[in-house]
Amino acid sequence: MLDSFAPTTVENAIELGLLPEEYAKICEVLARTPNFTELSVYSVMWSEHCSYKNSIVWLKTLPKEGPHLLAKAGEENAGLVDIGDGWACAFKIESHNHPSAVEPYQGAATGVGGINRDIFTMGARPIAQLNSLRFGRIEDERTQWLLKGVVKGIGNYGNSFGIPTVGGEVYFDDCYLQNPLVNAFSAGIVKVGEQLSAKAQGVGNPVYIVGSSTGRDGIHGAAFASKDLTEDSANDIPSVQVGDPFQEKLLLEATLELSQTGAVAGMQDMGAAGITCSTSEMSAGGGVGMDIHLDRVPTRQDGMTPWEILLSESQERMLVVVKKGRETEVEAIFAKWDIHCAEIGVVTEGPAVRYFWHGDLVGDLPAESLVLGGGAPVYYREFREPAYYKAYQEFDIQNVAVPQNLHAVSQQIIALPNIASKRWVYEQYDSMVGTVNMSTNSPSDAAIVKVKGTDRALAMTVDCNSRYVHADPEVGTMIAVAENARNIVCSGGVPSAITNCLNFGNPYNPEVYWQFVGAIKGMSRACEQFKTPVTGGNVSFYNQTVMGNKAEPVFPTPTIAMIGLVEDKSHVMTLNFKEKGDLIYQLGTSREDISSSQYLVYHHGITESPAPFFSLEEEYALQEQVKMLIRQGVLQSAHDVSEGGLFVALMESSMAGNLGFDVTTDSEIRTDAFLFGESQSRVVVTVAPDQEEAFIDLMMLNGVEFDLLGHVTKGSIRIDDEEWGQVAEYKDRYDNALHRALGAA
Amino acid sequence: MKCGVVTFPGSNCDQDMILALREGMGVETVSLWHKDTDLQGVDLVVLPGGFSYGDYLRSGAIARFSPIMGEVMRHAERGGYVLGVCNGFQILTESGLLPGALLHNASHKFICKNVHLRVQSPLSPITAGLEDNGVFKIPIAHGEGRFHASEEVLKELNDNGQVLFRYCTEEGSITPEANPNGAAENIAGITNRHRNVMGMMPHPERAVDSDLGNSDGIALFESLFAHMVSVAR
Repeated sequence: MLDSFAPTTVENAIELGLLPEEYAKICEVLARTPNFTELSVYSVMWSEHCSYKNSIVWLKTLPKEGPHLLAKAGEENAGLVDIGDGWACAFKIESHNHPSAVEPYQGAATGVGGINRDIFTMGARPIAQLNSLRFGRIEDERTQWLLKGVVKGIGNYGNSFGIPTVGGEVYFDDCYLQNPLVNAFSAGIVKVGEQLSAKAQGVGNPVYIVGSSTGRDGIHGAAFASKDLTEDSANDIPSVQVGDPFQEKLLLEATLELSQTGAVAGMQDMGAAGITCSTSEMSAGGGVGMDIHLDRVPTRQDGMTPWEILLSESQERMLVVVKKGRETEVEAIFAKWDIHCAEIGVVTEGPAVRYFWHGDLVGDLPAESLVLGGGAPVYYREFREPAYYKAYQEFDIQNVAVPQNLHAVSQQIIALPNIASKRWVYEQYDSMVGTVNMSTNSPSDAAIVKVKGTDRALAMTVDCNSRYVHADPEVGTMIAVAENARNIVCSGGVPSAITNCLNFGNPYNPEVYWQFVGAIKGMSRACEQFKTPVTGGNVSFYNQTVMGNKAEPVFPTPTIAMIGLVEDKSHVMTLNFKEKGDLIYQLGTSREDISSSQYLVYHHGITESPAPFFSLEEEYALQEQVKMLIRQGVLQSAHDVSEGGLFVALMESSMAGNLGFDVTTDSEIRTDAFLFGESQSRVVVTVAPDQEEAFIDLMMLNGVEFDLLGHVTKGSIRIDDEEWGQVAEYKDRYDNALHRALGAA
Repeated sequence: MKCGVVTFPGSNCDQDMILALREGMGVETVSLWHKDTDLQGVDLVVLPGGFSYGDYLRSGAIARFSPIMGEVMRHAERGGYVLGVCNGFQILTESGLLPGALLHNASHKFICKNVHLRVQSPLSPITAGLEDNGVFKIPIAHGEGRFHASEEVLKELNDNGQVLFRYCTEEGSITPEANPNGAAENIAGITNRHRNVMGMMPHPERAVDSDLGNSDGIALFESLFAHMVSVAR
């Protein structure tokens, strides 16, 4: 490695992952040749991970306006939504895919740490976490190693940090065998007006680094996340950071105490690209500059060079701009919480961020030239419809025989890893710390989190069926947004806004980029329909592994997380059946559609079919109807139909209520499609007999189709007068499938 | 009646406990800081759950050396009441205020879920007001909650009625299947000989707010406070 002050060549730039034309642009911006420190700074700031250079053109087309938004996408570390009563909710989802692929425990743990820092850096106290995890087939040994490591990493970090994990999703599919996806979400609340800004302000204000000392861990983490995985990726393990949840907990408490003092003029956590990113983004955001003395940064190891200090991704660190004259007050708070803090520089007029090493200038860079939205490169990538897309449309249900014994199929379906209970996973997460989780004892489609001191609750979900997105990126992504909204509506909430984690393959592959563009278009359409602006998130490209000459991208996976507001927590709707004798209705339309269903893939082994039927208008009308029914108080339970179809929806409500059901299928529709098809926009509700008339009157108002399926029983499962056993038998399969697959109690 | 909840660095159930006592139970409750040595005249000291000092060494192993713990020990020696929940229970065994130790769960995994507890001895403050053999649904959330003690200590605990709760099924059977962490004899909570120091792995403070759909913890706190009031008279 070169000396920090050494002049560079285009070869150095290529080694650091930059393109020759990018090196030329850097020389042009600086009007000179950058030294090695400066080039290192550009290499991380212009990496895919920090600059969004291959995605920003399309991200800008997403809807960002909403009546309740206090901070829009990209303005601060996370989106901020007004939730009433003087409170706002900050929330965001982020990926930690690459580190988790090579070091699942620390990779996942630091993902949790990073997303929570994004939230409390804004002065918001995190109150709930979600996560979305994807792995290869569960029988695979490597999958089991990854799954166990990731879950333990998320658990150990989140449990110690002390924020409940209230929900999430886990999918298994062969496409994730080498490239697991680990997406972590956190939501926090802050009094409106008390949030902290990530923009540096006030020339002459001192700049502090606080938290953990800076070590060599995580150097080039951002660069590692910006390339394909290969057989040699294990060599990148040093790029994976190491998490310390205890330090994070102290930082949280100190930060929130600090936010009450009014002594902070700007604060940002250090994630990807460490000091480099926080100093340049805070400076560019505030339209100022900074002088930073790297030799004053407390280090964990001796002999660290300036560029190593700049690029280190050591966790649990923050950059704080303090109002001049209030240093003692701030230092006292950090001392109280036993957190190290060191003054390392000062805010200047700018526009340059200047880095010093024992008094010598080692980097002098215009802040604006480094950042997204400033001088970072922006590329328009070519895209092309892949051949498979049209081929999938050729699928014809008539070529699939209806199985003889649907009872046996139902027993298989309920135990499929993608459908069975994720108890093995979520029992390792503290879901109840904070005493806000209202879903522990009465589950809803979305997780319901109490906002203490108010009558309100937040509903939150994370969802994406990537098989649908693969089959049809635009429709599949609309479905992902719609299902989030449906879950929130079925829980008694109103959708507010979304954050996304866009996990794709290599953007230089035109077919991958076609998937990306389709996903963005679908997301835009759905978010406009549901009035849920996109408040931020991240893009994770290069989720593909090159083995030999073959690159296999993962399914395009635009994970959507949504928050919604429950204005009065006494109106929360739950999914469990309540009383024997209650009537079971399906709202929405049954269709002869088994496309991309779990049933088609895992029972028939057919992986090539289009996305299931979806109509945005039909979906919206359904959700408006469900909202109205809940508000009118005529429902006993509501649960949406998703993976596994109507049968699984009925079964989930059954198992949660320890009751059974007796239903009749529709003679117009193939029974397998009726029970296991995944055509969208359907909700199963139960109605008490004495409410039936009121329910039907309300249903007649605006034309949403509805059908009486049957009624709730004491415990037996009956389909078309055929006895399918007891709820307890299904519950055993459902509850223990993952334990059986993973060979652990 | 006045309660104090100690905040160690890394405590994360301290605010839940304060809220449960103050708003759920309506009892005056103050926050105690680990660096302080003044117990502010509280009648009950509560050591809450969490990961004090990160629990990187052994749960509770460092917290016991906190400045405030000296005062807590003296408070206990004077007969003052101390309740440790989860990490608080671990700190009490580490500091010798309660016998035994809490080891890694038998599954070697962190476990968070509702469990059922069956009341054992009616002699201690937290159980005196409870129905004999009553069953309560209280959540657990721990990685190191497997109660362990020597045969002698176990015998002593049993003989003196120092076992407060055992893990049981919903119906109240004390079975191996109902034991979530492999604890010796399904023990979920114990008290000391003088019955003024109590420790338990389950979190009663998480079962106080009716919004969360489980209020079984209220009875435990009611029992504790009723006993303390009656003794004070």
